[in-house]
Amino acid sequence: MELLFAMTMPLVMLGVAAYAMGKRVDVYSALVEGAGEGLGTMARIAPALVALLTAVYMLRASGALELAAGALAPVLRLLGIPPETAPLLLVRPVSGSAALGVGAELMETYGPDSTVGRTAAVMLGSTETTFYTIAVYFGAAGVRRTRYAVPAALCADLAGFAAASWAVRLFFP
Amino acid sequence: MAMAWIWTGMVAVSIVCGLSTGRGAQVASAAMEGAQAAVELCISLLGVMCLWMGVMEVMRRCGLAEKLSGLLRPLLRLLYPGFRDDRGVMDAVSANFSANLLGLGNAATPLGLDAVRRMSRRSPGTACDDMCTLVVCNTASVQLIPATVAAVRGAAGSAAPFDILPAVWLASLISVTVGLTAARLLSRVWRS
Repeated sequence: MELLFAMTMPLVMLGVAAYAMGKRVDVYSALVEGAGEGLGTMARIAPALVALLTAVYMLRASGALELAAGALAPVLRLLGIPPETAPLLLVRPVSGSAALGVGAELMETYGPDSTVGRTAAVMLGSTETTFYTIAVYFGAAGVRRTRYAVPAALCADLAGFAAASWAVRLFFP
Repeated sequence: MAMAWIWTGMVAVSIVCGLSTGRGAQVASAAMEGAQAAVELCISLLGVMCLWMGVMEVMRRCGLAEKLSGLLRPLLRLLYPGFRDDRGVMDAVSANFSANLLGLGNAATPLGLDAVRRMSRRSPGTACDDMCTLVVCNTASVQLIPATVAAVRGAAGSAAPFDILPAVWLASLISVTVGLTAARLLSRVWRS
């Protein structure tokens, strides 16, 4: 089972390539073209990451993150969420790049295979940039009365954060 | 504009907090470190991101997303009862869902926007129940292979970057279920 998860990337690569060959798709040129687009995507994220990681590092050095984590700790402990992840919870619904930066920072500090590092990774993988998504979707449809969409989406976020913490403890005791 | 307020607020809070706790010098050097760390993170992610985007492009060209969206159709009819007979909406929501599932974020958004625009024709200016469902499904990430996160873990030196997969699936499932349940309950009290 462990080997299967470790092999995720290569197996998906092979599976997709074989299926595409069956459909007479030029796999190699599609792969190279997509990889070229990846370069552009990364270049688009980079400026936002520079801006946001600078602010996050400053916040951390000033001790403000510890204060916020300390203030939220009792509530987070009650939900079974590691208080160290507090900064990630705060930025996740607002900015995807900031969340990626904070998550990467947590993984560096605590180690990617520690409980905090794993929880941060699972949180990033199981939640989205809620406010941004809501703004884009309702903006496109010209909807001003959003009714219960925001509270329902925030419920999903909170459940995602708590579930990420439980799932990490369940699979990595 | 929201991000402008947040970013300025973050910088202001760190300077005020740093000066009052006597860590002004650390805050100053952290600004340089943060900027450098961002570039290092980008470079360490670049290879895996490019590879994965390449695999995504192959998936897109061979029509894997369309195939998946056909399989998902019956499930989505239950999820969007108000538009179950509207071909255009059902096409868009199932294509959106399958793109999300495969992690094709760039493809998912235009499809989702198409779906929400079609839905809005029936009740202009107000979100109907199915629109809220669509938004909840898109704000709760349902991804089979969270490649970006795995790349970040790999860059940080994880022994097995993908060993979090079952945990991510379980957490996503719980998150979406809670979101949809909350939406159902709220739709009873929050009438349009």
